[in-house]
Amino acid sequence: MPLLSLDDLHVVLGGRTVLEGIDLRLDRGEIVTLVGPNGSGKSTLLRAIIGAVRPASGRLVRQPGLTIGYVPQRLAIDPTLPMTVTRFLNLPRRHPAQTLRQALERAGIPGLGRQQVTNLSGGQFQRILLARALLEQPDLLLLDEATQGLDHRGTADFYRQIERVRRELGCAVLMVSHELHVVMRASDRVVCLNRHVCCQGTPERVLSSPAYRALFGPDTVDALAFYRHAHNHAHHDHPAGTPAPAPTGTTLLEASR
Amino acid sequence: MLDDFLVRAALAGLGVALAAAPLGCFVVWRRMAYFGDATAHAAILGVALSLLLSTSIFAGVLVVSLLMATLVSLLSGRGYAMDTLLGVMAHSALAFGLVAVSFLSGVRIDLMAYLFGDILAVDKDDLAIIGAGALLVVSLVGWRWSALLTATLDGDLARASGIDPRREQLVLTLSLAVVVAVALKVVGVLLIAALLIIPAAAARSFCRTPEAMALVAAAIGAASTTGGLQAAFWLDTPTGPTIVCLAAILFALSSLAGQLRRRMSRAESPPDATPGA
Repeated sequence: MPLLSLDDLHVVLGGRTVLEGIDLRLDRGEIVTLVGPNGSGKSTLLRAIIGAVRPASGRLVRQPGLTIGYVPQRLAIDPTLPMTVTRFLNLPRRHPAQTLRQALERAGIPGLGRQQVTNLSGGQFQRILLARALLEQPDLLLLDEATQGLDHRGTADFYRQIERVRRELGCAVLMVSHELHVVMRASDRVVCLNRHVCCQGTPERVLSSPAYRALFGPDTVDALAFYRHAHNHAHHDHPAGTPAPAPTGTTLLEASR
Repeated sequence: MLDDFLVRAALAGLGVALAAAPLGCFVVWRRMAYFGDATAHAAILGVALSLLLSTSIFAGVLVVSLLMATLVSLLSGRGYAMDTLLGVMAHSALAFGLVAVSFLSGVRIDLMAYLFGDILAVDKDDLAIIGAGALLVVSLVGWRWSALLTATLDGDLARASGIDPRREQLVLTLSLAVVVAVALKVVGVLLIAALLIIPAAAARSFCRTPEAMALVAAAIGAASTTGGLQAAFWLDTPTGPTIVCLAAILFALSSLAGQLRRRMSRAESPPDATPGA
């Protein structure tokens, strides 16, 4: 049984159809990325999965007892609400102090436990949100543009952590992202959304599909180039004998300039 | 001991202060100050209706406050900004209540007692109701504490953890109606919201966690009610307003202390400026 399956899901918000005919299946251990232009319903899809918006029709089946870790796009904490990092990590369930210390170390922000959440930088807060979601040992991790406010290094760390979490917890990861080139590399499957699922498959396949190009226009060439380029670099580390993919990356990158 | 009206008054005040403190924190955190006002102002309509139907005032106020709170919850997000909607509802409820009271030609009622409270007239039955109401609210909010906090931070964050934010909103609405009903006798319709908000606001600058803020708010509320009762006795002033005045003074002092502390901590540890700068 898949962790999550959506069958012909429709969502209507304020009389407007935001999602139509969504079919999606998520299995344990998969990293799936949702891409799509603004207003294509990416966040709405995540909100439907957590149960915050009710589908107008279709089926959404979660594996019984499914634990979800959710990292929202942004979270505004009212300044009248005093909240230390430790207290925040303990919501809604408390964890042993040792576990919390480890969680902060893993997130790359040790010793911040006594800080007020409102005093953190955007990047630090984003890491705390992820750390909190991971403390619940989720079966499914939902990330809504979770790297907003992180610098390049922070973003790279973030995706490395996601990889490790997938390995250790065996959870599925469904993330929304705009940073196509970075995210594509980190995902097993890409789902391109524009109210309906335009195309889905391996990053390479989606990037070269006409539906994807029609949606994202000339930028796709860049993303594809970046993807292949980076992919090739990754292969350099392998021992000789691994057949190198066609070195189209660099040429394409230059062609697009 | 309960035969002394001052002891009864002090206990009534403490009961209301303790129930209002944690709830008041949520009212502040969720920016529901006007929501509290609207619910409290509806109480005068509840008083009029219970006198008309000759039922218990407590029950009438509870029902009308609950209806008002539910109505506001339902109407929110339907075209009007929340503050406009609450402004309309709070003052309409008060006006309708006052008009309804004027129809009660046969009954002589002391309107002032309902508008500003009459804590010195609390009898043993009132005390039992206040005690039960306070206990109910404190246990309800205590039981749902973590879920309420999570839902206050973010509805979707709560949903993802299997908490229904609408159910938590209902818990708050219900508690608010109960607090209004029990606080009516102590501070009156016009000042109930003050007892919710001022102690919580005064507690903010001293606290690092939500739990600490609820406890400090309870302490400030308790100090205001007992101190206010004492002060009203010495100064021969109306008790309800005196209690709120004392809470307001404590709020002003705490804000000053907070400002001072922030300035001092800034002077002690200069921002991590570039070395040599």
